[in-house]
Amino acid sequence: MTIPADLKYTASHEWVRREDDGSVTVGITDFAQQLLGDLVYVEPPEAGRKLAAAEECAVVESVKSASDVYAPLAGEVTAANEELSGAPQLINQDAYGAWIFRLAPDNPADFDTLLDAAAYQAVVDAEAH
Amino acid sequence: MPFIPHTDADIRAMLARIGAASVEELFDEIPAEVRCGELNLPAALNEMAVTRLMEERAAQDGRWLNFSGAGAYEHHIPAAVWQLVTRGELYSAYTPYQAEASQGTLQILYEFQSMMAALTGMEVSNATLYDGASALAEAVLMAVRAHKAARRILVPATVHPVWQAVTRTIVGAQGIELVTLPYCTEGGHSVAEALAHYQGQEFAALVIPQPNFFGVLEEVDLLTDWAHSQGIRVIAVVNPVSLGLLKPPGHWGASGADIVVGEGQPLGAPLSSGGPYFGFMTCRQELARQMPGRIVGRTLDLDGKPGFTLTLQAREQHIRRGKATSNICTNQGLLASAATLYMALLGPQGLQKVALACHANTRALLEQVTAIPGVVRLHSEPYFHEAVIALDVPAQEVLRALRAQHLLGRVDVSRWYPELGDAILVCATETRTPEDIQRYAEHLGRIVGRRNQGPACTKLKPSAASKW
Repeated sequence: MTIPADLKYTASHEWVRREDDGSVTVGITDFAQQLLGDLVYVEPPEAGRKLAAAEECAVVESVKSASDVYAPLAGEVTAANEELSGAPQLINQDAYGAWIFRLAPDNPADFDTLLDAAAYQAVVDAEAH
Repeated sequence: MPFIPHTDADIRAMLARIGAASVEELFDEIPAEVRCGELNLPAALNEMAVTRLMEERAAQDGRWLNFSGAGAYEHHIPAAVWQLVTRGELYSAYTPYQAEASQGTLQILYEFQSMMAALTGMEVSNATLYDGASALAEAVLMAVRAHKAARRILVPATVHPVWQAVTRTIVGAQGIELVTLPYCTEGGHSVAEALAHYQGQEFAALVIPQPNFFGVLEEVDLLTDWAHSQGIRVIAVVNPVSLGLLKPPGHWGASGADIVVGEGQPLGAPLSSGGPYFGFMTCRQELARQMPGRIVGRTLDLDGKPGFTLTLQAREQHIRRGKATSNICTNQGLLASAATLYMALLGPQGLQKVALACHANTRALLEQVTAIPGVVRLHSEPYFHEAVIALDVPAQEVLRALRAQHLLGRVDVSRWYPELGDAILVCATETRTPEDIQRYAEHLGRIVGRRNQGPACTKLKPSAASKW
């Protein structure tokens, strides 16, 4: 299981990457995809949707369960990864490559309040006990 | 599948393991004020007493020659249907989660889905819902989920009024508005002029009943194409027997209905004083994940052999809890099994014959009753196996007099449609013989004729002083 040091995280197992244009890209972590098992369906949010921080905005469904994905920051959805609709297993193959949606944050400084890799590792350790 | 209850020792062991003092404690989070408290139930009865009680209750229904429909239809059920359904292997309404122990039940449900998909001309079917009315409510919720923006549904006034009421009850509290589409009182159907008023407005779906509550056939192609031109999905509400004869909703208009629901009772379930019945639902593939209820899938096991299992379960409440597609998760597995056997025994030709016989009998009934002076068919549009007839005498009195002849004759529609005046909805399925129809027409003619002549003998009228 990997937790790249160059990403930020949430306690609800989303990863977040800041792009050059100020937007952020969101996916679910390697830990999350391992817990879910083989993914069969991803329902991303629609572009243009306004999200509050921690709002449920996407669903990832595996053969045995379904989980909500939460907005790591408040903002507006700018894009969804269309590739996932035909190939949800991309998340199982490469959790940090298969992004789910992009967000234009209302307040870019919120990014710095997210967990860093070490803090997220502590979350995982606590849950994995 | 045997049912093995927990013993008191099992329950004590399980409670001890999780550290709870009693089963009651597990429900602590439900506030006392929303609990119903103690149920005031009579003492338990033994088998002999229960049988006696049920026979007495059943006898209260009486024995009727049935000319009523309005959502529940008397059809002949081949004896083999319930002979097979009540076999030990099938005689359970329990949901077959455990695929390794339920292959027979699962295969029957899979066949049921295949048959319903073929009958309605759609891609996907679930394995039943609670009943037809709640199936319509589920279709409305499904359309709203799929649309994401609009929370309004256009519902013709010609949809069964009880179904409208049930749907309003279920979806009303979720902020979904049902907008009533007026109908043509002359034709008895929904018309383009009424649709024009809603041109350009946002709706999640248009409901199209076929046949509608009056037994009348709607112009389904026109309605479907109008809805799709407005970006509105189509929810078809159909009688499954009628599909032996009529165009399946999947072929309505240029692109077909999006969701199809209906009451499954006509397919092998007896009238049984009103239930249990079952709802069915089919839809386009793209809406499958929004569909409520169980779906059985066919797959291959580790050895490559075909097998059956519940699929897409992440939509359901045992996984998705409060966010499931539906939390009214009753399925009617036993009735679905009966419907599967009913359809398998009849085949497409058999179902077509039943539908044709229903239409022919209703046509014969209408010819005879409308020959009675003062009795006319109210609507001009074509019908399937039901029609509204208007009387020039009070409908309630006529129905009472028919009941005295053990004729169920039947539904007074003015209760929901006061604009129709004294009018009753009649139905003659394939179970009515020419003699039955003649008997109904003779009694109706006698009753209406006598009522128009006034009381035959005023001396028999009880006075205020009499003991009558």
